[in-house]
Amino acid sequence: MSASEKYVAAAYLVVFVAVLVWVAIIAAKLARLERDAGELTELARRRAEREAEPEPTAERDEVGV
Amino acid sequence: MLSRLRHIPLPALAAAAAVLMATALALVFFYAPLDADQGLSQKIFYIHVPIALTAYACFAWGAAKAFLHLWKRPPGADLESYAAIHQGVIFGALTLVTGSIWARVSWGIWWTWSSNQLVTFLILFLFYAAYFMLRYSVEPGPARANMCAVYALFGVVLIPVSWLSIRLANDYIHPTVFTRHGPQMSGSMFLAFCVSWAALLTLAGTMYRVELAGKRLDDRLRELRELLA
Repeated sequence: MSASEKYVAAAYLVVFVAVLVWVAIIAAKLARLERDAGELTELARRRAEREAEPEPTAERDEVGV
Repeated sequence: MLSRLRHIPLPALAAAAAVLMATALALVFFYAPLDADQGLSQKIFYIHVPIALTAYACFAWGAAKAFLHLWKRPPGADLESYAAIHQGVIFGALTLVTGSIWARVSWGIWWTWSSNQLVTFLILFLFYAAYFMLRYSVEPGPARANMCAVYALFGVVLIPVSWLSIRLANDYIHPTVFTRHGPQMSGSMFLAFCVSWAALLTLAGTMYRVELAGKRLDDRLRELRELLA
């Protein structure tokens, strides 16, 4: 390759690599967001299970029924 | 028309960017003729100048959203301004890098401080790069949004200065292609340039929409975490 060809290739390659790096960064951010969404789903599920559990029958025991 | 662009589905925008980029590359390397003076190295023009113009457009869009935030206070304007300026800084950095490569092959130097066009663009780039230092040094909230909006609006003054500097001073280094008499290039070169610019604008639009979607999702998940805690 001549010097001109190398520099032209370098200029276009820099732009291509920059876009690839940006895609990789966005992919990493998306992976983190998916993990966060998974944790929050788990938190919400546990809260729903706690709210669905019947309340303890402490009063009934005291009365002796 | 700009508000209608917002409703284009993101996958369609990304596909359009990919098609336009491929078309631009084909036009640049197989259709546009070689420049009589610079030969093959002039092909860098078709990526360097569109990237610079896209950077200007991103900074201008960021400033417009900043103005909207200060004027009408729509909920998402601050975030949209941030995302646009972020894209502008990315494209600004690419402008400086591709410009340096072109300078090296054309003039034998990577940079020169004697060119007003180069120095004013560098000042514009550094000004908006400092936007992030300001933004992340202040706690999130209305005060931060207002400060960043004012900062973004100050920077927009530098855009026409940077664009006009090549015409305001006798710059014998950086070439002037677009003059009052029109583009100083053949029709085929101008077509390749226009398609390349459209491709980079569409790419910037895609990157902007993806970044915004990610930021909004991040904010919603943070809010959800606070509600569930």
